[in-house]
Amino acid sequence: MQTFFPQLAGKPKAAYAATVALAVVLAILPLVVGLAGNAWVRMLDFALLYVMLALGLNIVVGYAGLLDLGYVAFYAVGAYMYALLSSPHLAENFEWIAQMFPDGLHTPLWAVLPLGAGLAATFGALLGAPTLRLRGDYLAIVTLGFGEIIRIFLNNLNAPLNITNGPQGISNIDPVRVAGVDLSKTLQIGGFELQSVQLYYYLFLVLAVAVIVVSIRLQNSRIGRAWLAIREDEIAAKAMGINTRNVKLLAYAMGASFGGVSGAMFASFQGFVSPESFILMESIVIVSMVVLGGMGHVPGVILGAVILYAIPEVLRYAAKPMQEAIFGAEVVAPEALRMLLFGLAMVVIMLYRPSGLWPAPKHGINPAGTQTATTASATPPA
Amino acid sequence: MTTEHPILSVKGVNKRFGGLQALSDVGMEIHRGQIYGLIGPNGAGKTTFFNVITGLYTPDSGSFALDGKPYEPTAVHTVAEAGIARTFQNIRLFGEMTALENVMVGRHVRTKSGVWGAVMKTRAERAEEAGIKQRSIDLLHYVGISQYADFQARTLSYGDQRRLEIARALATDPKLLALDEPAAGMNATEKMALRGLLEHIRDDGKTLLLIEHDVKLVMGLCDQVTVLDYGKQIAAGRPSDVQRDKAVIEAYLGAAHA
Repeated sequence: MQTFFPQLAGKPKAAYAATVALAVVLAILPLVVGLAGNAWVRMLDFALLYVMLALGLNIVVGYAGLLDLGYVAFYAVGAYMYALLSSPHLAENFEWIAQMFPDGLHTPLWAVLPLGAGLAATFGALLGAPTLRLRGDYLAIVTLGFGEIIRIFLNNLNAPLNITNGPQGISNIDPVRVAGVDLSKTLQIGGFELQSVQLYYYLFLVLAVAVIVVSIRLQNSRIGRAWLAIREDEIAAKAMGINTRNVKLLAYAMGASFGGVSGAMFASFQGFVSPESFILMESIVIVSMVVLGGMGHVPGVILGAVILYAIPEVLRYAAKPMQEAIFGAEVVAPEALRMLLFGLAMVVIMLYRPSGLWPAPKHGINPAGTQTATTASATPPA
Repeated sequence: MTTEHPILSVKGVNKRFGGLQALSDVGMEIHRGQIYGLIGPNGAGKTTFFNVITGLYTPDSGSFALDGKPYEPTAVHTVAEAGIARTFQNIRLFGEMTALENVMVGRHVRTKSGVWGAVMKTRAERAEEAGIKQRSIDLLHYVGISQYADFQARTLSYGDQRRLEIARALATDPKLLALDEPAAGMNATEKMALRGLLEHIRDDGKTLLLIEHDVKLVMGLCDQVTVLDYGKQIAAGRPSDVQRDKAVIEAYLGAAHA
């Protein structure tokens, strides 16, 4: 429990109370927001997907310090894997699959999650392997290229064998079923109704919490320390006996697995995937979430994901009326305004809070006795 | 100082950078419990030799044995695993991590928990973590900077950063602790303290290899020294003998003084 509230580490009761309070708020949030309309709950769902994505990228960028500009590729891998395993597409295009699965392919959630995580992790390690010797700008360019390669493959793998259905994308994807409950339908509990978007919210919330717990536990582990060490000084990390190749590949794989899970959930939630959802811009937005929130700091990254997801959504509703009120007409389209604000936000953050909105707490920023330290060390140790 | 086999035995190391023969047929034998000094004027090849035995550079030839077992210094992390821990001339700490975390990283190579243990918080992982932490705190005590355990490494004073680097290296349970100019940039008081620490480490049964510019420190501290000049060994032996060696005086002061 204390892991969520490190500042309350000394007070287990307070930490427990804070956790319960947070859980209650998160639990009733979709019900309250639902009063304003399903569109708003849907935004919450997407915010949770982005939280998972940002936390996945945080492992690569925040922990291991490897700038990855193609992260959306793993989101795409997860999404397409779910789409192929839970839609009529493959059975329609391949006779032998239709014969093997006469009822069509319907992969259940318990199989999809590990598969999505595993496949994305494999891709993460595969794409990571050629970049091991690269750093900084060069790494960013190569990963950017890999991200695009995956998208272009998805766009063109409709001939000679129609695997991804090309730019048309794959539709009729099964919704997720949890314990027999179809999440795409309204659920009646007593006299109470839960909409599909609210059901998905709870599923995504559970997954996001799992991702948060895994992130925090990894950070405070032997592997997590090795990642941070590589980020801080790769040569020193090697000299400490860390096999930087394996540990970096592990970071790529772990980060990608979160993206894969998130992508699978995205596919089931939308019921439709196409390569257009996985453009470079998405990667850049996810990197921005991590950087803006606070690289390597889980609460900061969550905050960054929520804020950067919220900006365009708020604009969608607020930009037109506000401009009409001020200028009497819509001057700039919300879409253009969105990029403008994104850029502005990044510049302001980099100028005034270079380590992010909510960076990791600094220890001993003011070492009371840097000077005393020197004199203290003058006495030979006992 | 005689044991059955030396801790480190290096023979016939050659290393060429393009047209420059940086090391030619250099070798040394370091015995258990020694502080071994490697000295020489600027550009003599000390750091090159150091980087060769710690795997940072691949030698053109040479044979290497650590504690009687041959090892190939082909990758830096395997050398640390084999049992040579090093520090750097220009301190290389993990600046944003705390002093304690820096030392805990040093335990990496002697522990084995993976992702599964960390995510599931298995019993074995928790026990191992507790062990890592305790050992690291002990090491911070040992080098005398335990009061800064929770400070970010980059906020420590220069002398304390040196100590932290030594603690981090010791955390890998090295057979040989190799220090690259540990006294560089230190004032006289800090040098005295460092000397005390190094002697203390030796007295606790560790073996040290020291590259140093400060001849006075080396002569007072080391049991054996090797002197390099232009990539060749020009003298080796006890400090008092080496000090009188004609070739050494010539290398340091010029032929006129020899």
